[in-house]
Amino acid sequence: MKMAENPTQNIHEYLAEFDDIPGTLVYTAARARRGYWINQFAMSMMKPENRERFKKDERAYLDEWDISEEGKQALLRRDYNALLKLGGNVYYLSKLFSADGIPFAEACSTMTDMTWPEYRQMMLDGGRSPEGNRSIRENLAAAAAAAQKN
Amino acid sequence: MAKITAGVGSSHVPLLGVAVDQGKEKDDYFGPIFRGYDWTREWEKAEKPDVVVLVYNDHASYFDMNIVPTFAIGCGERFGICDEGWGPRPVPEVEGHPDLAWHIAQSLILDDFDMTIFNKLDVDHGLTVPLSMMFGQPEKWPCKVIPFAVNVVTYPVPSGNRCWAIGEAIKKAVESFPEDLNVQIWGTGGMSHQLQGPRAGLLNREWDNKFLDMLESDNDDVRHIPHIEYLRETGSEGIEMVMWLIMRGAMGKKVKTLHRHYHIPCSNTAIGHIVLEPAE
Repeated sequence: MKMAENPTQNIHEYLAEFDDIPGTLVYTAARARRGYWINQFAMSMMKPENRERFKKDERAYLDEWDISEEGKQALLRRDYNALLKLGGNVYYLSKLFSADGIPFAEACSTMTDMTWPEYRQMMLDGGRSPEGNRSIRENLAAAAAAAQKN
Repeated sequence: MAKITAGVGSSHVPLLGVAVDQGKEKDDYFGPIFRGYDWTREWEKAEKPDVVVLVYNDHASYFDMNIVPTFAIGCGERFGICDEGWGPRPVPEVEGHPDLAWHIAQSLILDDFDMTIFNKLDVDHGLTVPLSMMFGQPEKWPCKVIPFAVNVVTYPVPSGNRCWAIGEAIKKAVESFPEDLNVQIWGTGGMSHQLQGPRAGLLNREWDNKFLDMLESDNDDVRHIPHIEYLRETGSEGIEMVMWLIMRGAMGKKVKTLHRHYHIPCSNTAIGHIVLEPAE
């Protein structure tokens, strides 16, 4: 287990480390600002009357929100990786999973390179291993070292 | 005087609430998870806590992006059950303990912890699932509950060190409350899980168990694990484990482990559970 070397870390160093995690977008303040209306839209799905209006005409309902065209398209496509990039957070987006009536884990599987049955099986088999999934930098260094060996 | 007599750590996966509400606790999938809580349910019947300080996080249920309190305490008489998009869970309303909650809030503020106070607050699965895991399905919860909500969603979330320290301050606050009360503190959430992005589904049995070992230890090394370590090793949502450190900080230096349980998987998540008592 790695311990903090410098407990009062500078915010720039602290945030820069987050970009080194493979396949992960940490919900930072910058993302929270960018995705504010996507997330507030998603919260509105908690009310049955809003769900009903959304289901009746998704585009018209989305047009009531101050969301970019890119964001609206990603919501219409249910492209959750694109929505994470636009500042969506999974706890907010999960309100849309529920409105669509799909299980949380199934929605998670759509963000991976697996089908839902494959993903479910991976979880039953003990989940995704952290091996090779900790650091983009380390993965590149390991790949370079392997290439040199050959 | 009031006293913190025990600390409980537990995952709070929403699917566990569904399993309780739909009577699936003994089936092949959930059986191995719930059997690890049988011991605790019996123990809680004997312990009869008066109040539980329940450390949890809201999952965009009652809180939205308008207000993001780092540490918040529920000081109301009672707390409603959130509708998380499929109707509120069929569980009893949660009864608060405003006298003790306000006492803790005031003590924490004097101790330099700038608390957010909630009077009206509805609670989500982060709080109700642990109640179901520990108490089953009573008509009324057998104790009062002080919700203690932590931001573990929007970064930066509080450090492990700060969580431990606020746990110590909660212990001090409880011990200066004049009424004789049997108080437990529960830290919930975790363990390893990632619910987003191409790395979704990450679990880390080895790391989680090392974390449990560290909670049992007499030293406080565990408070110095940085956020990046949780993120790399336990997935983007494994950071919820900092909430267990509030519980551990409130136990004092030495603890005795009464019970421990670990199971993989529940939906996307590793289930961990521990029961500690102060040993000083």
